[in-house]
Amino acid sequence: MNIDVLLNICKQLCEASLETLSLFGATLLIGLPLGLILALGRMSKFAPLQYIIRAYLLVMRGTPLMLQLIFFWFVGLGAMGFSRMQTAMIAFGLNYAAYFCEIYRGGIESIPVGQREAASVLGFTKTQTFFKIILPQVIKKVLPPMGNEFMTLVKDTSLAKIIGVIEITRVAERLQTQLVSIIPIVIAGVFYLIMNAVVSKCFNVAEKKLSYYR
Amino acid sequence: MNVLNVENLSKSFGNVDVLLDISFSIDKGEVLSIIGPSGSGKSTLLRCCTLLERADKGSIRYGDTEICRDVNGKSIYADAEKQRAAKRKFGLVFQNFNLFPHMTVLQNLTEAPIHVAKLPAEQAHKNALELLEKVGLSDKADSYPYQLSGGQQQRVAIARALAMSPDILFFDEPTSALDPELTGEILKVIKQLAHEKMTMVIVTHEMAFARDVSDRVIFMDGGYIIEQGNPHDVIDNPTNARTKAFLARFNED
Repeated sequence: MNIDVLLNICKQLCEASLETLSLFGATLLIGLPLGLILALGRMSKFAPLQYIIRAYLLVMRGTPLMLQLIFFWFVGLGAMGFSRMQTAMIAFGLNYAAYFCEIYRGGIESIPVGQREAASVLGFTKTQTFFKIILPQVIKKVLPPMGNEFMTLVKDTSLAKIIGVIEITRVAERLQTQLVSIIPIVIAGVFYLIMNAVVSKCFNVAEKKLSYYR
Repeated sequence: MNVLNVENLSKSFGNVDVLLDISFSIDKGEVLSIIGPSGSGKSTLLRCCTLLERADKGSIRYGDTEICRDVNGKSIYADAEKQRAAKRKFGLVFQNFNLFPHMTVLQNLTEAPIHVAKLPAEQAHKNALELLEKVGLSDKADSYPYQLSGGQQQRVAIARALAMSPDILFFDEPTSALDPELTGEILKVIKQLAHEKMTMVIVTHEMAFARDVSDRVIFMDGGYIIEQGNPHDVIDNPTNARTKAFLARFNED
């Protein structure tokens, strides 16, 4: 295998990683806010809402993401005019929101009740209490589990190939067949590794930034 | 005019009665201590007065601001708007401080004045620094709570409550989470406030302190007010058998 072939593999995988990264970014864009909304609903005193969200969490976390992708693609999103990539973004976003929801909930419930009480006596509204007192503390608490989830997401993007999204793993497989070589697969692995090294580094920096208080 | 008026207040958790027909009032500038054994309902009484718990029966009124009134044996609460307005009348110092850990000492003191009382930031800042000087922590304005000792944290908590200029300040066992060495610095601040005629209600186990600082003492047991009066009468010469037994046990320690 000469250097040109190697460079060509890298070039194609680079292009594919743009797809992978957009899927990664879109999942966070949908999943992080939706997860927070779900968490608040999950903790609401309104029982029907709680049950609906619990059922949602059970289905999303209890069935394989790959099946969900196939389901979303063939049961309608494709026919409704969404592209393969858009369908993947929606499926990933909805799926990851379920995991983020539970992480947020764990974080919110770990904040001592005294924080809310102190805020209440000082006259803060519920909204002020949440955004000024609770959420900043929650963010610090959820960083480690979020880091885990982000790294899993980087790797999970490879599932999108099942509905034909041209991301890293799919391109690597195609090259593997074309070239009858395992090299593209190894290089694809290195691509994921680099992305996750960056994610991991970002979380380390963020944790350090928030270490100014305990 | 009374700063706080509590009438026939009752509260139960499930079928456990924690407060039974509690009535008392506080005049401006008065210091009232509430003593009694654990589980006597002292803390719950404070939590009802500060809207952290809801009473079942009876009424609570701050000056002319009504929090709840008794209608046919049930407490009917004012709407959320009025309740929030009432919160401006009082401050509460917790047993375990409950400072906001992600904010500096100064931010802890200015956050509510700026965002609740809508004070200009500059003014809130100035007030906060004055209060920190008062509790002897001028040099800690930029520290975070975790960098302070328990006693210092509690002094910040007192300053934070004072920053909202309440008419009345409640203390819920303010020294119980502190070791004896640090207790003194808190009691000193409270004494100073008493000297300045701050209206205060103090739930405490510090009998000597309660006797020194209060104008009046309430002894509670089993959800009832058993005895109340001037501190020398209640603590030194209790008439009620229950009060006697409680204080006798205290004096043994």
